[in-house]
Amino acid sequence: MSKILVIAEISGGRLKKTTHSAINFARAAALPFDILALGKSIGAAVEELRAYGAGSVLAADDALLANYVAEAFVPTVADVAKRGGYTVVVVTASSFGKDLSPRVAVRLGAGLAPDISRVESQGGALVYKRPMYAGNAIGTMQVTTPVQVVSVRQSEFSPAAPSGGSSTVTAVAASPAPNAARVQFVSFEEVKSERPELTEARVVVAGGRSLKSADNFKSVLEPLVDAFGAGMGASRAAVDAGYVPNDLQVGQTGKVVAPQLYVAVGISGAIQHLAGMKNSKVIVAINKDAEAPIFQVADYGLVADLFKAVPELTDAVKQARADR
Amino acid sequence: MKILVSLKRTADPDNANKVKVAPGGAKIVTDGLEPKVNPFDEYAVETALRLVENGKTRIAGDSVVVASFGPKEATTNIRQSLAMGADSGLLFTTDDESLDGDLVARALAKVVEAQKPDLVILGKQAVDGDSNQVAQVLAETLGWPSATFAMSVNLSADKKTVTVGRQVDGGVVKLILTLPAVISVDLRIVGGKAVTNNVTPAAFAYNDGPRFAPLPMIIKAKTKPIAEAPLASLGVETGLKVRYTGFELPAARKAGIKVKDVAELVERLRTDAKAL
Ligand SMILES: Cc1cc2nc3c(=O)[nH]c(=O)nc-3n(C[C@H](O)[C@H](O)[C@H](O)COP(=O)(O)OP(=O)(O)OC[C@H]3O[C@@H](n4cnc5c(N)ncnc54)[C@H](O)[C@@H]3O)c2cc1C
Ligand SMILES: Nc1ncnc2c1ncn2[C@@H]1O[C@H](COP(=O)(O)O)[C@@H](O)[C@H]1O
Repeated sequence: MSKILVIAEISGGRLKKTTHSAINFARAAALPFDILALGKSIGAAVEELRAYGAGSVLAADDALLANYVAEAFVPTVADVAKRGGYTVVVVTASSFGKDLSPRVAVRLGAGLAPDISRVESQGGALVYKRPMYAGNAIGTMQVTTPVQVVSVRQSEFSPAAPSGGSSTVTAVAASPAPNAARVQFVSFEEVKSERPELTEARVVVAGGRSLKSADNFKSVLEPLVDAFGAGMGASRAAVDAGYVPNDLQVGQTGKVVAPQLYVAVGISGAIQHLAGMKNSKVIVAINKDAEAPIFQVADYGLVADLFKAVPELTDAVKQARADR
Repeated sequence: MKILVSLKRTADPDNANKVKVAPGGAKIVTDGLEPKVNPFDEYAVETALRLVENGKTRIAGDSVVVASFGPKEATTNIRQSLAMGADSGLLFTTDDESLDGDLVARALAKVVEAQKPDLVILGKQAVDGDSNQVAQVLAETLGWPSATFAMSVNLSADKKTVTVGRQVDGGVVKLILTLPAVISVDLRIVGGKAVTNNVTPAAFAYNDGPRFAPLPMIIKAKTKPIAEAPLASLGVETGLKVRYTGFELPAARKAGIKVKDVAELVERLRTDAKAL
């Protein structure tokens, strides 16, 4: 009998919303599932996880798991998966899930379906779709080993809402991690922001190299971001130039987002950027070059100098929101 | 210090929107796209070189070996990394369709056993398959400590450990790995100050980005050794654990419109898109 083990993502004792997409995968696959929570002092996260319709929430609460280090986490995930006879192990393809999933697959002798955008059950077998070539081709694939490991793209699996269940909680032991001795965790320097997280925001406003400085991001772009109550994104060029933190990069190798509204300001629309945002519901582009490739994916394109258009748009959005 | 870098030949990533799908969706066709070094692997080569240099000069005794799995033509791409400064290349030939990340990682583990490097550096992802798995599978297979998504690497003076800054969601994680170890690199690793080795003076600044090969190096690279052998010679199980059954192009977005000014944009967002 097939059953799924969902790996929850917990950071600093808090359940991360990424977890909801992996839970949604389990629901889409229409198979029974349990959730594994790992960390130190994770009582609150475990309690929260009981409401999603899992058979059980398995809790590995151990000092060894206080910070995510692959060498420490992988043995426990693999042992829990083996002992429980799970046939599918799923995690969201965040930086945590991307790092963890291939390693768990090795331990389970399992094939990996990485960063999938869809799952379908065909004659009892799970069939996956996954974007490749920066989203310019979609592959259909299956895993042929008895056990499979899957990572799911957060933007393609809308967050699961609590279903009101009350799963049982089972404590599980952390497994010894011999390789962990050669990896020392030093620190996690967190970038804190008051704004909604990029991957969860309904609106994302993103800026490019054209903003020319960190100061302009603050004085020109941020008022627009805040007028929308949006998450802020950026192109790689803006991040590389140090205008904004790394964490804001949208694209093939940054965050993949699919908000209701994506506003690209002074971003040319390189393939690698489009890969991270072209599934947004509505796309607006502001760029002074009428030939910029971003206009090929924009629903509404405005050819204008951003230093003039953005303040105007900011005022208009504030006005429109005040009128509502 | 011996560093092994893995390098994949990929169809020109800047033109990935020109890939096609064969009739019936049997495979992805990249005809007409120039085969290039996977950009992250170019960054991996740059990282390795910065670790074995004292500023502009090489540290005697250190070496950088580049390994690739793929068609014979990948020699050209290995040669590009030799022109950047790597010392030698290894090519294990097979056609691309018979490879996947899991197999590459297991084959690479065999290469590691034979080459005995102190450090293996890979790209965080090959930008054709976008799988992001080889470094993780390799580390787990070898039982070596590892750090994926490296945006900074500092090699200790005694060359026994590396301190790696990992770029993760929400910030940066710092880990200290005891060598031998596996690292996969992210974009920021080619920042001018991202890689340090306690030999190159702190005042020395690299240019941002991977280096261009100057003409003398391109000429010199022609004489550097590239050993070629069939993949099968590694004695690795070549069965794959996943099967691709078809490919398609994504649905095109419907063409948008240009608005004449901010007022029209706001109006459209309110009425057509209901996004305000
Ligand atoms: C391996 C690899 C991975 C990559 N991954 C990513 C990724 O994940 N995300 C990503 O974004 N990029 C990524 N890139 C980089 C990508 O190829 C582009 O270089 C980058 O997206 C360009 O950023 P940009 O649009 O801000 O800058 P540019 O390409 O320089 O474009 C600036 C744009 O602003 C416009 N402009 C200038 N001034 C004004 C003004 N006053 N008003 C209005 N418009 C103006 C210009 O017309 C131009 O279109 C990657 C590249 C590589 C090699
Ligand atoms: N065929 C290959 N030959 C050599 N290295 C490879 C190959 N495929 C993947 N790699 C390495 O593994 C990294 C991650 O690839 P992937 O996990 O496939 O996204 C790449 O950046 C390369 O360093």
